[in-house]
Amino acid sequence: MREMISMIVVLTLLASVSGGLLAAVKSGTELRIEEQILKFQKAPAIESLFTDVTNEPLKERFNIETQERTLQIFPAKLQDGSTAIAFETFGKGGYGGDIGLMVAINLDSDKLVGARVTTHAETPGLGSRAKDDPSFVSQFSGKPIDADLALKSDNGTIDAISGATVTSRAVARAAIQAQELYSKLKPEIQKQIQ
Amino acid sequence: MAQSLAKEFTKGLWAEIPPFRLVLGLCPTLAVTKTVENGIGMGLATTFVLVFSNLLISILRNIIPAKVRIACYIVIIATFVTIVELVMQAYTYPLFLKLGIFIPLIVVNCIVLGRAEAFASKNTPVFSVADGLGIGIGFTLSLASLGAVRELIGSGTITIWGGNPVFALGDWYQPFSFMVEAPGAFVALGLMLAGMNLIGKK
Repeated sequence: MREMISMIVVLTLLASVSGGLLAAVKSGTELRIEEQILKFQKAPAIESLFTDVTNEPLKERFNIETQERTLQIFPAKLQDGSTAIAFETFGKGGYGGDIGLMVAINLDSDKLVGARVTTHAETPGLGSRAKDDPSFVSQFSGKPIDADLALKSDNGTIDAISGATVTSRAVARAAIQAQELYSKLKPEIQKQIQ
Repeated sequence: MAQSLAKEFTKGLWAEIPPFRLVLGLCPTLAVTKTVENGIGMGLATTFVLVFSNLLISILRNIIPAKVRIACYIVIIATFVTIVELVMQAYTYPLFLKLGIFIPLIVVNCIVLGRAEAFASKNTPVFSVADGLGIGIGFTLSLASLGAVRELIGSGTITIWGGNPVFALGDWYQPFSFMVEAPGAFVALGLMLAGMNLIGKK
């Protein structure tokens, strides 16, 4: 009996000390990690989405509060005079957790400019092709905002990556989430840009 | 039992060098040694985890009940691995992207748990740190040398720390890209193991 109690006590203590320590390290590194993600993940994604901007989307970013989280919006002025925005959504249910997707939408035509995968932890060489192989995410380019962006196997319009259906579905989920957020927040976004 | 600090430290560098002598920790050894840089990064991350988990396990060795010792070791090791992961994300993000999933996998690295079980749970903190440091540096050297062989043959360059390679073979060299792919890792490791055994036999 005494052995039992000592086992429980030691493990509980170890786990709680470990939890406390990790919480401290996480809050200490959070800001820097966010900066690094902006520099190495979001910035390249935005640069490849908006190839002909006349402003600086990264510097002009602003935040919009939604019910669940703070949404970072990157506004872009395109060469043809129209305005577009990019923001990141997270698709649930990838093999390695949530998959970040930077989605760009044209505010004037209500069409998707494109989408790029940002943060993910998918299997290298399999699910990671969602990010490395541009032919998958290029399917989102030019789609109207009310298009059905589910996978074809879920009666939608997007071809899954062969061998990586779970990853593809999570990316599609992120895109659908972006459509919903955009429809809901468009008036507020336009107000902020002006 | 007479122990010498120097002996515990140096055994990790040659006599018990992890991937070559003990043939442990092969998952990161084969997977991330495409370049010297990746090998060094992975080796240093593992060294950090080894030293601190050895230290803590050694300090707590008389408190941890024998029946739940493995669970306790895993909690301690996982804590340090998560710290390494967060710190790498904050300060060396490009390297973190390359090593990716293999950083969290240090938790199940046989070397770390092996040293905890075989050494730190039976020895004093000072010796345990020396052991962890020795094995860690040995592991780093192994990964770096394997990375050097594969990178030199596979892409004709040597990259130590980010950016441009510090050494390149020039345009006459036709890279043998088989070596930087997964099967090349097995071939390179096998050849290096054979070489180590040849030297060790004498």
